[in-house]
Amino acid sequence: MIDLAFFFEIIPALLAGLPLTLQLAGSSIGIGFVLALTLALAQQGNHRILVWPIRTFVAVFRGTPLLVQMFLIYYGLGQFRPSLQAIGLWWLFREPYWCAIFALSLNTAAYGSEILRGAIQGVPRGLVETATAFGMSRLLTLRLVVLPLAFRQAIPGYSNEIILMVKGTSLASIITLMEVTGIAQGLISQTYRAVEVFVAAGAIYLTLNFTMISALNALEAWLTPYRVRD
Amino acid sequence: MKRYLLAAIASAVSMFGIVQTTVAQDAPKSITIATEGAYAPWNFTTADGKLDGLEIELANDLCSRMKIQCTIVAQDWEGLIPSLTVGKFDVIMASMFITPKRLETIDFTQPYAVDPSGFAVAKDSELGKLGVSAEKFKLEDEAASAEAIDKLKPLLKGKVIGVQAATTNLEFVKKYFGDTVEIREYKTTEQHDLDLAAGRIDGLFAQQTALAATLAAPDFSDFTLAGPGFVGGMFGLGTGAGLRKEDTKLKEMLNTAIDEAIADGTIKRISEKWVNTDVTPVK
Repeated sequence: MIDLAFFFEIIPALLAGLPLTLQLAGSSIGIGFVLALTLALAQQGNHRILVWPIRTFVAVFRGTPLLVQMFLIYYGLGQFRPSLQAIGLWWLFREPYWCAIFALSLNTAAYGSEILRGAIQGVPRGLVETATAFGMSRLLTLRLVVLPLAFRQAIPGYSNEIILMVKGTSLASIITLMEVTGIAQGLISQTYRAVEVFVAAGAIYLTLNFTMISALNALEAWLTPYRVRD
Repeated sequence: MKRYLLAAIASAVSMFGIVQTTVAQDAPKSITIATEGAYAPWNFTTADGKLDGLEIELANDLCSRMKIQCTIVAQDWEGLIPSLTVGKFDVIMASMFITPKRLETIDFTQPYAVDPSGFAVAKDSELGKLGVSAEKFKLEDEAASAEAIDKLKPLLKGKVIGVQAATTNLEFVKKYFGDTVEIREYKTTEQHDLDLAAGRIDGLFAQQTALAATLAAPDFSDFTLAGPGFVGGMFGLGTGAGLRKEDTKLKEMLNTAIDEAIADGTIKRISEKWVNTDVTPVK
């Protein structure tokens, strides 16, 4: 039986972890998007020397579990402290917070770059040729024709990725960051009431993602005024 | 009429339930014992995937005394008590302290070991220079333990201390050193050991026997146990085997087996083999 009084007691405790969850999700989605766009654009030129390393990166990060990536970046790199200190990067990998953002950003960059690459390639060739015929430079074509269309097409796919990232932050508790899931596990160990605590934590993620989906749907509707969904 | 009938059935069923629990339970023929498998030298997983350690050897000894079939399984620390209560296994032997809080949810046998908890820090830190003291403070002796804690506080000011999540050790550090140190919570002690070696944290708080085993490894030659050990109070009566409250017959059998193992020196022998010290509880 779910005890409602207890349920409302644990919600504030869990919400204390929400700022960290939001920070991790926000930073990694932001950094990841910039990286993803860079990687997607870099692949457009079909230069082998650019494409192969990117393909390898994408294959590695899409092909391994986020949990394993986080373990490797945190505990794995922790064992190379002298080398990291020598190249001046230890400050970054010393803190679990930066390690989590690093792992989450690279992971979402790999998935995101594939979504954006597909969206960019999906822009009709005719439009690009028309722009060229009007004398627009490649950069101008990209800015005014290709990217606006690509972003609009990428929204449904990319919103999936954003939601996965919000949920992916729950893995940060394994590297000592006490976000919503970490706090939930702590509460369970104090109360041994797994059902209430996990239901409450699930409700927080659901609310968060529902808000996110609504915002993205609104963005999509705004960018496609001719195709209003009812 | 129907409603009365239902009520009658309900009360009959509940009476039957009461009758059943008061009837003496049969001795189980086989049980499943869960351990964490990540808390060397008490219980750990060897490179080839087998469980080993003080508690594995003790569990096998107790089972042969009780003449029942035992299966030993590994389960994440945080999931041990919830899984026990829903019946995934019958007994927990995972270096779990018998604390008043856990006793609200599950039952325990008598303690089979008493092992103080303490700090491990770098040898050249302020606390490290002080070195380990053989003193043990009982938390129920509030004046003496408060004095010992106040002595440690200035030496630990601002340090980052790693503790395993969901443990009594964590509750202790939160309660007595929460305003002094920064606490990092780890899923397993193996993980906080790695972070101590990597220099991400300044110290650990755990059972002294487990810390001693960690510090014996070459990666930890710069670290030492430091300060006194703490027992009693929130640490409870010592380390016992956890079981469901309704399994009274099993508890009785385990208690008898533990009595025998204490009396014939088995626990002393096993503990000296694994943790280099005698952790036998004093009766």
